[in-house]
Amino acid sequence: MSVENKEFKPTIVAFCCNWCSYAGADLAGSGRMQYPADVKIIRVPCSCRVNPMFILRAFQRGADGVILCGCHPGDCHYSTGNYYTRRRMTMLFDFLDYLGIERGRTRVEWVSAAEGARFASVMNDFVKKVRDLGPNRKITDLRCKPVEKEGE
Amino acid sequence: MQKVAEIAQKRAIQLLNQGAVNRVLGWKKGEFPYDETPAVFASADELKDFVYDSFSSPNLSKYLIEESRKEGKVLAFLKPCDTYSFNQLIKEHRVNRENVYIIGIECGGMIDVVTLKNRGAVGLTGADDDGENITAHTLYGDVKVRKEEVLLEKCQACKGKKHVIYDELIIVNPQDEKPRDRFAGVEAIEAMTPQERFDFWRAQLSKCIRCNACRNICPACSCLQCVFDNPKSGVASKASPDTFEEQLYHIIRAFHVAGRCTDCGECSRVCPQDIPLHLLNRKFIKDMSAFYGEYKAGEDSETRPPLVDFSKDDVEPCIISDKGGDR
Repeated sequence: MSVENKEFKPTIVAFCCNWCSYAGADLAGSGRMQYPADVKIIRVPCSCRVNPMFILRAFQRGADGVILCGCHPGDCHYSTGNYYTRRRMTMLFDFLDYLGIERGRTRVEWVSAAEGARFASVMNDFVKKVRDLGPNRKITDLRCKPVEKEGE
Repeated sequence: MQKVAEIAQKRAIQLLNQGAVNRVLGWKKGEFPYDETPAVFASADELKDFVYDSFSSPNLSKYLIEESRKEGKVLAFLKPCDTYSFNQLIKEHRVNRENVYIIGIECGGMIDVVTLKNRGAVGLTGADDDGENITAHTLYGDVKVRKEEVLLEKCQACKGKKHVIYDELIIVNPQDEKPRDRFAGVEAIEAMTPQERFDFWRAQLSKCIRCNACRNICPACSCLQCVFDNPKSGVASKASPDTFEEQLYHIIRAFHVAGRCTDCGECSRVCPQDIPLHLLNRKFIKDMSAFYGEYKAGEDSETRPPLVDFSKDDVEPCIISDKGGDR
């Protein structure tokens, strides 16, 4: 098997809030909207439940990109959860950027339960970005990665 | 400085004798004249060991978490930047303000012993500070250097000479405020390419031996049970051959103190590996002020820190992602 023919298939972890984005993903599925199978969805009670450690852990265990989806600001099931998420993740992602980790690997999107089409398009777009960036080698447990014979 | 120490010592003895306080938190000489350690003095006799000079860099605020919960009042000497930490601890209900009598003590900047030694002051036995110059006494004679050149990193980026909380002040030589740019180091890193930034931090963080000194000294790290002590957290409490663990520890540590870090600079001071940890904390301070309005942790004891607060028209995280928003 030659390296050239092997297409890079990224592993994307999507944290989706139970009340909006997870239902949005469901709608995308039942509406037969296509989005890449590379996206692995993890359901969380609220986007605010996502500890920065979860995101780092996802990268450690081999994720190439992490996307966090929640209700639109103002629509949170718990009233204010996603406002905190917004601040936290702005801070964390800018910090990861400061440490030299590509900005394209992290994203926050607001997807409501009625936005199945938007969920699919967000995922398509994000997966494409991560695929262009290539495998995540910067913030990961290198022991989890297969040895690659490329120049990097 | 000598005079300040004498006044402080006298005043401490006076307060002890009056019964206003029953112990004093200050500094005493360590094994060497330059490694001064925090100490609690319970009597006028013990106070003979009290010192305060240009090596009294330890921030005493963290010790007050424990001291202020004991019986009776404690007298604490706090330098201007230490008062920020203390204010922040009041905000977090970590200290009992009623049990602490604070004397704000003047500070003319503290000396970095390592830099001083590198300037030729080997075999250091003491130093005189006239405000402008340091005369270091060594076993091999005196070495004179400009004070500005041997200051600790935290003093080079001094926040100001104003005490934000105190019961009384001891100021003999009022220090003039010099405007200092705290964020020059952060901006220099931001100006690098992502790969350069990554290489810089990889080189720095891989030096970490996980001694946890930065966490232990940090006045903001006051949790009774730290996440890094939890065996289930999966973060090994030792130097790791895994590059991820090095990053994880420092990212999480910096994130946990984000919005609460007063930039007292103790983490960088105690780091045995000379990792510029203040650059991590200052990045958060800089971002927070840029995104959520000017905020200085510890400036008062009421304002909510940015990360436990929100407003409806906050910036969206895409401001930093590849979606086109600029930083």
